[in-house]
Amino acid sequence: MITPIELSIFSAIAFAIPILFVIVIGNSRRLLICISFSVSALASLINVAAGIMAVSNGEAQHLILPLGLPALPFHLRLDELSGFFLVVVGLLSFFVSIYSIGYVSGLATGKPVKRLIVFYNIFIAAMFMVCLADDALFFLVAWEVMAAASYFLVMFEDEHSENRRAAYLYMVMAHIGAVLILLSFGVLAGVTTGFESFTGYTFDAMREANIPPKWAAVAFLLSFCGFAAKAGVIPFHVWLPEAHPVAPSNVSALMSGVMLKTAIYGIIRITFDIIRVFPWWWGTMVLVLGLISAVMGVLYALMQHDLKKLLAYHSVENIGIILIGIGLSMIFTSFRLPLMAALALLAGLYHTINHAMFKGLLFMGAGAVLHATHERNMDEMGGLIHQMPWTSAFFLVGCISISALPPFNGFVSEWLTFQAFLLSPSLPIPMMKLLIPLGAAVLALTGALAAACFVKVFGVIFLGNWRGHHHHAAVEAGWSMRIGMALASLTCLCLGVLPAIVLNWMDVISEKLANTKLISSSGVYGWMWLTPVDPERASYSGPLVLIGIVAVCTITYLLLHVKPGMISRVPVWDCGFQKLTSRMQYNAVSFSMPFRRIFGYLFDIKEQIRLSPQQRHTAFPVKSNYYLRIRDRFWGWIYRPVIDRVVLLSRKAGLLQHGRIHVYLIYSFLTIIVLLALL
Amino acid sequence: MTKPLHLILIEILQVVIVIAAAPAFLGWVDMLKCWLQGRTSAGIMQPYRNIAKLFVKDVVLADNASWIFRITPYLVFGTAVVVGSVIPIISTNLFLAPSADIIVVIAIFATARFFMALAGMDIGTAFGGMGASREMMIASLTEPAILMAIFTVSLAGRSTSLLHIVQSFSNGALVLRPSIVFAGIAFVLVVIAEAGRVPVDNPSTHLELTMVHEAMILEYSGRHLALIEWGSMIRFFLFVTLGIACFLPWGIASTDDAGSIAASVFFMVIKAAVIGVVVVLIETGLAKMRLFRLTEFLGAAFLLSTLGVIAFFILE
Repeated sequence: MITPIELSIFSAIAFAIPILFVIVIGNSRRLLICISFSVSALASLINVAAGIMAVSNGEAQHLILPLGLPALPFHLRLDELSGFFLVVVGLLSFFVSIYSIGYVSGLATGKPVKRLIVFYNIFIAAMFMVCLADDALFFLVAWEVMAAASYFLVMFEDEHSENRRAAYLYMVMAHIGAVLILLSFGVLAGVTTGFESFTGYTFDAMREANIPPKWAAVAFLLSFCGFAAKAGVIPFHVWLPEAHPVAPSNVSALMSGVMLKTAIYGIIRITFDIIRVFPWWWGTMVLVLGLISAVMGVLYALMQHDLKKLLAYHSVENIGIILIGIGLSMIFTSFRLPLMAALALLAGLYHTINHAMFKGLLFMGAGAVLHATHERNMDEMGGLIHQMPWTSAFFLVGCISISALPPFNGFVSEWLTFQAFLLSPSLPIPMMKLLIPLGAAVLALTGALAAACFVKVFGVIFLGNWRGHHHHAAVEAGWSMRIGMALASLTCLCLGVLPAIVLNWMDVISEKLANTKLISSSGVYGWMWLTPVDPERASYSGPLVLIGIVAVCTITYLLLHVKPGMISRVPVWDCGFQKLTSRMQYNAVSFSMPFRRIFGYLFDIKEQIRLSPQQRHTAFPVKSNYYLRIRDRFWGWIYRPVIDRVVLLSRKAGLLQHGRIHVYLIYSFLTIIVLLALL
Repeated sequence: MTKPLHLILIEILQVVIVIAAAPAFLGWVDMLKCWLQGRTSAGIMQPYRNIAKLFVKDVVLADNASWIFRITPYLVFGTAVVVGSVIPIISTNLFLAPSADIIVVIAIFATARFFMALAGMDIGTAFGGMGASREMMIASLTEPAILMAIFTVSLAGRSTSLLHIVQSFSNGALVLRPSIVFAGIAFVLVVIAEAGRVPVDNPSTHLELTMVHEAMILEYSGRHLALIEWGSMIRFFLFVTLGIACFLPWGIASTDDAGSIAASVFFMVIKAAVIGVVVVLIETGLAKMRLFRLTEFLGAAFLLSTLGVIAFFILE
């Protein structure tokens, strides 16, 4: 009987097969794409199986690889938490790999796809390894491989200067994060064994160690900032809206859907598993940052009219929602309220898998739209529902899910988070009792704004009429792209309708990390009912709501169609104006205008209406020009000053450089003298 | 899952009452409004006549209407009926009630609104897009306020399940709790916004400066329009009954003999009629607000409901 961890290692090796294919059959593009992405899909599916088995078994498995530095071998461990993240990563990688078969062969650029295939597989394998790593060394190696592989994927279309700039920004942010994580591990390992031996680098040793609170706080802050830079928590989010839009859409789906989740995994691993005991302000900090990310992310998204940029900002929002759950769980844990901690943690984790599914689906849909229209600006699209019926239906599922509307999956995790918020009266600190309901209000605002944003997205892209200047005949996505999106949509529906089954399966994670199970209360009524904490307190039955709505709609439809009714199709009523053009429709900019009026102070907005100069009188404008530019305020607040300082500093340091060898020799001589004098 | 027959009967009775009584409630409000403004009213039955008229008319669809446009009326009506089966209106012995708590109820309404806004954008006229944009803007401001009001009620009732909220309030002593009062006032403001009444939206105009809800559904006709109108009436009525369940639950039957059900229907009619009077007084007393002054109106609702939460933690 093969164990889950062996299965997982085996599948990681399987990711090397497509890379071999690149060498062997690199010349036949179609065959290469077909075979290599099928193998990636299969390998991902094996990982899903390994993850499901690991969570169901409920016990950790260890493996030591004879690789790495001398006397510092790589440690691997597959426990419930790793298993869960294997499932999240594997499931989306499976869908996206199927989707990629069609997507990559349709990439318009004549570029060779070998580089894409190689780095795509390294990227996925590295994400699996991050989840399996059980020592600081291997974790950082896998982490950096993941970052480097995704850098090359973002750079895939490197002929545009915009893409090179985005990739560079991503690389810088990823490295700042990696350095902080490295320092955090250094602190933990140093505290564990002192600085005499190296054995403290395994997570097992760190778990055993008795970490003094101050050092624990330092390690937590360092690692949280490091992971936040990867996850795109505000104010570390600036790279997301730059890097995600320029990558190929299958890569954006993976980066946004699952790569950000590895950072969530890191945060949970460090706090709940390694440090374990922490004061309440840690959780409060995570909660507040989560709330800020959620509401600011969705507001920035609402202002965008570039589809993929908009989706990238929504990742910031959803990472915020996940952190809200984790932060609440940390607060409850530090006050020794295990049941509530379990509920909040499961809410956060459930949103993790939900976000992976619907964000992956939305990016896949965006890829299909881009593919068909060669257009990223939503204001040049419209009416695609007629040409792309399948894609639009799948995209609609993604829109409903991300807007947290029942009966789809986004709603379930938000509902669980609300339930966790409602348990705040049990907290002993009065200030927290007041703060936390306000957090729930912010979450409600986020949900409603997300719904508004996705009405805009779906309405502008798929409904109405084509807005572009030149008419473009869009065609429906190919079968493999449709299958990928269909599977993801189906998963969204299942996670939304049958949450009780999934939560029962996941419950072992809360048992390990929050010391209690939710199952004693969540499954009383059976698989149809979601009753966290207590059926008296709250209950939700996804299947009944879905069946109810479908049944009433069907009955109404049948009753109204007893006798065949007449439907006459006529041109749009134009109020007698007769000159309606498709440019007169509401577009993304006009749709978000009320929101710009209300929340405008949060943005750096420049809005101008210029009337053309050749007019006779200002009262009779011939032509007017509308200009709108919206910028992230964080650029001006944080990034611009920091970049300016760094440039200034390096200029100053540059004074030391002369390019003449004898000057440098003098520098080294002086350094040696100074060191000798000091030591 | 076998249920005793009388429970199924109560459930069916409630759904029938919701579907049938909703137009009458709107008729009552319109009639009072006419009287208060010195006009002759068309009577309480006028909404029924409107719906009946629309049902016999043929449907006229724009050339580019998609399936979204065609399923939306059914979804609007269907979601309203489903919510009508879970709010305890005539009895707390509703076997479907546990399938959705108060947060789910609000979210199901949000789903209907989502589709209605999409349908507004489907034809591609400026009116539809404008209505959709404004409706979603108003919704995003009402959502936090309504959630805080719900939060107060569920803190006091120790549950988000409507059945338990009703039971814990109607069994408790009749005392004036400041938190519930604040939440109640906030809820009234929110219902006005959600139901699209003056001063947030004016259901009786077709002028581009004033309409929100009407702009979204401007392209509908025939049975589609009838379903949307009927669904909106049910939705308005359900918000009123939701308010009754959360803030004035006394009189809702907890046993299931015919006598107490009849009494609870009677109380429901009285309470709904009184709430109708309050709505009309607000509508006639206030003028329609400018769109961007709504932030103040809904901000006030949010502030009141937040006060409710604070009052709960400080005083109780």
